[in-house]
Amino acid sequence: MNLLKNLAISDTGFVFNPATGDSFSVNPIGLDILKHLKDGKSENEIRKHLLESYQTDKETVEKDLYDFFKMLDQLRLTEHD
Amino acid sequence: MSNKKALYERPLIQRINTGLMNKFGTKTEYAPVTHIDTFSVKDLITQYGSPVFVLSERTIRNTYKEANRAFKTRYLKVQFAWSYKTNYINAICNIFHQEGSWAEVVSGFEYAKALKNGVPGNRIIFNGPDKTDEDLRSAISNNSPIHIDHLDELYRLTELAVEMNKRPNVAIRVNMDTGIYPMWDRFGFNYENGQAWDAINKIILGDKLELIGLHCHIGTFMLSPSAYATAAYKLSDLALGIKQKFNKHIQYIDMGGGFASKNTLKGSFLPGEDTSPSFDQFAEAICTALLNAGFTDKDLPLLILETGRALIDEAGYLLGSVIANKRLADGRRATILDFGVNIMFTSFWYNHKISPAQEFSSYTEDTVMYGPLCMNIDVIRDHATLPPLKKDDHVVVHTVGAYNMTQWMQFIAMRPAVVLLGIDGKTHLIRKRETLENIEMNEVMPEFLKDFKIS
Repeated sequence: MNLLKNLAISDTGFVFNPATGDSFSVNPIGLDILKHLKDGKSENEIRKHLLESYQTDKETVEKDLYDFFKMLDQLRLTEHD
Repeated sequence: MSNKKALYERPLIQRINTGLMNKFGTKTEYAPVTHIDTFSVKDLITQYGSPVFVLSERTIRNTYKEANRAFKTRYLKVQFAWSYKTNYINAICNIFHQEGSWAEVVSGFEYAKALKNGVPGNRIIFNGPDKTDEDLRSAISNNSPIHIDHLDELYRLTELAVEMNKRPNVAIRVNMDTGIYPMWDRFGFNYENGQAWDAINKIILGDKLELIGLHCHIGTFMLSPSAYATAAYKLSDLALGIKQKFNKHIQYIDMGGGFASKNTLKGSFLPGEDTSPSFDQFAEAICTALLNAGFTDKDLPLLILETGRALIDEAGYLLGSVIANKRLADGRRATILDFGVNIMFTSFWYNHKISPAQEFSSYTEDTVMYGPLCMNIDVIRDHATLPPLKKDDHVVVHTVGAYNMTQWMQFIAMRPAVVLLGIDGKTHLIRKRETLENIEMNEVMPEFLKDFKIS
């Protein structure tokens, strides 16, 4: 899964899609994930990063990433090869 | 787990909608409520299970004192009567009786409860359209004020008075147009079309019943104090008419209940905390109307108030837990809680405030709050702005003290325990969590259905 290439992501968690004019807000962990996606990191790499950086567990990360990625799809912020 | 790692919170992304907000902004409910009075929510759930109803004794007594002050500083003769149907757990009733409340009941069941609690018969007001002969006989024997709802009851009561050779103390319930909608005209006798005056004449000229009071109850969750002023004027008009025609003093005017609590009705633009009138506003409307109605000093009737909801709603909380989170087809977040509409009956008409019971960041998400009932109607809140709750997190539902513990239904699971948070700093179990044995104790299994064989 890839984020839309022209998506603008600020350091404060403000996301702007210039193609549609839609704006979004993300919380700090959401922002962390978006930045990793923007850098071209894979889902596995992001999962590993979250487990190393936050007080959480594998199951929680699995569930929450699944949900977050689904939301990115639903909000049309992704493109698939 | 290393302490160097950052705190985790579920990742959230939300579209920012502009142009849809009102000038007051969106209402967020993420301020955590970790304690009620001085009691930890987590400890209460650990001790009594989840979900659990809790009631603050301090809030009950303070609210009663506030209401009492509002009326007694404006009118000399005031008497509260605790509305049993609002919450008839005996411990709760007795708090109000300790504060000086009479009892106001609407069924033989409630009447028996009040007697059993030790309320003297002449301090139990018997309202409602359904009083059996047995109920009426009991109320006549105990000299309880019986509030007559319809002519059938008036005639039956007259027959029983003759049969028992007693003179029952009665009032009539009067319905009227007070300018509010809907007008409650299904209870009692109408003022405008003369039914109430006819009933009064029948009682006094029949000379078998002692008319001691006049009663009304103009509606529920009333947001307009002025409607009570209208009602008080109309009851006063009847009382003064009785004085003029029969030279008979009416001992009390019972204004019933219906005062709004601080809950937020569904569809309200502003939260109930900002819109519900205070006790002072209701008291000002009612007492001013009575004082200006034209009574002489010695004829001023006792003012009886049967308010229930406004006295108990804020004292009640429901503590519960998150069972699961899910995402609906349209992308909305849904949270499933371990309590359903069967024990939160009032969620059908209020947007109950729901707070998380643990700390979160300030990021929130729009969430639908479902109960666990496996039925589509089981929606506790169809829209709430809450932080990212996760499985097993606790929540606190506010302002649930009225009606939930009387109208609750046992359905697919046991009804929860009810705990009183005492002023003494201790918790007191006032209703045990139900058990399978409690539910099945009234079932009877016919002999031929006791055995079966499934291959």
